[in-house]
Amino acid sequence: MKSFGLACVVLLCAALIYSTMNFPDWGSLNSPASEHVSDYYIQNALEETAVPNLVTAVLADYRGYDTLFETTVILTAGFACFFLLRRYRRKPPPYRLYRHIETGVTLIIEQGGKEPTESEEFMRIDSQWVPYDLVIQKAARLVIPFLQLFALYVIFHGHHSPGGGFQGGVILGATLILLAIANDLRSTTKRISERISAQLASTGVLVYAGTGALCLLLGANFLDYSALSRLIATDPVMARSHGILLVEIGVAIAVSAVMIWIYYNLVSAGRHDEGL
Amino acid sequence: MEELTTLVMAKYNYWGVVILLGIGLYAMIAKNNLVKKIIGMNIFQTAIILFYISISTKYGASIPIIHHGHGHTIHPADYMNPLPHVLMLTAIVVSVATLGVALALAVRIYNHHDTLEEDEVLSQLTTDESTQA
Amino acid sequence: MIWQLDLIILALVIISGIAAISVRDLLGASILFGAYSFLMCLLWAVMGAVDVAFTEASVGAGVSTVFFVAAVFRTARRSKD
Repeated sequence: MKSFGLACVVLLCAALIYSTMNFPDWGSLNSPASEHVSDYYIQNALEETAVPNLVTAVLADYRGYDTLFETTVILTAGFACFFLLRRYRRKPPPYRLYRHIETGVTLIIEQGGKEPTESEEFMRIDSQWVPYDLVIQKAARLVIPFLQLFALYVIFHGHHSPGGGFQGGVILGATLILLAIANDLRSTTKRISERISAQLASTGVLVYAGTGALCLLLGANFLDYSALSRLIATDPVMARSHGILLVEIGVAIAVSAVMIWIYYNLVSAGRHDEGL
Repeated sequence: MEELTTLVMAKYNYWGVVILLGIGLYAMIAKNNLVKKIIGMNIFQTAIILFYISISTKYGASIPIIHHGHGHTIHPADYMNPLPHVLMLTAIVVSVATLGVALALAVRIYNHHDTLEEDEVLSQLTTDESTQA
Repeated sequence: MIWQLDLIILALVIISGIAAISVRDLLGASILFGAYSFLMCLLWAVMGAVDVAFTEASVGAGVSTVFFVAAVFRTARRSKD
């Protein structure tokens, strides 16, 4: 099977290399990809939308319909992981581990035994817990607010610098994953429960589609942001810039919530009790 | 010799993309482990993204962020083509969504069959069918 | 767009791609995949696609590697081939 697969792949690669002889040269100025509509975008995007970052302008304004469904794809992936993996535990687990903090003694409490409440003296630990992670906890606690501030900067400054909604949303989701790795999974699930992350993800897609529907209600086409100039009292060019910012915020909310939701389901195989 | 150098300089990027496509496809077909197949799928996807990015380059151009101000004329030869970049942003996000679902499926298969190797899963499925039938 | 840098990083990308599918330890394969992803991000940054490189750095070398490690944590670590 392996040699047959290798032979097929080598044959396919040889055929593709033969076909690259007909491609345009790498880096040439008159390749067909750069001829028709992208010249229009380069020359006119700044005057029509007041956004210097051409990629953000094309992504959220000229091709905004694609981006709406891309956000829906991310939301669907979050739902798919949830439906595949989530197990609600009806009976308690066979044993739980508690550690006395001062002496380091671990207690194994079987089902039906009397459990010590979580307090200053006892803490509940995972079955693969490793001590001496104080450094990681405190270092992550110091760094996470600055990472979140940077993520917000990337979202809001996406008009003038590389960045935008997706990148900022993924960084924001990654800070929450860092919080879940440095501390317990259970403490993070108490702060940002699965219900909140699912609702935030749906709200992000609602913000995006709602902006488009608002433009429809104001009399223009779907996702034609220049109609917002009636609400915000600026000229249509700046209204397009503000519309791009609104949809980027919606995308960022959706993406960050889905990242942490998929992480919760994947790392605990659906049970949400122990993690990395 | 001159022609060969010009040919290699013009096309070596596409050959690199074809080699990466071959690596990803080989991992998806011939490896038995499911996680290796998923890694091969991701290598294939990033190779396609590399191909699109490399057709949007222009020699002597700058990144697609306009740095003058208003009022200057903008020459398209000064800026990289932004359209493939937009399409590939969507492709990257879709690839991470697909990765999440694929890994969820792999975890479910492991929970049910206790192994991640494809031939062992297939033999378990065929013995299940023969004992049922 | 410096072609020498491009050639070196392309060679490193191909080497790490071959290594990521050949290593038997699945945790090592996922870390090598993270390195492959980061080298791809550098390649795209050399070619001038800064937005795409930013997204790949955060998604591929960040979140994607964490998902792989989480899945390997929940399943087996050695593979037979």
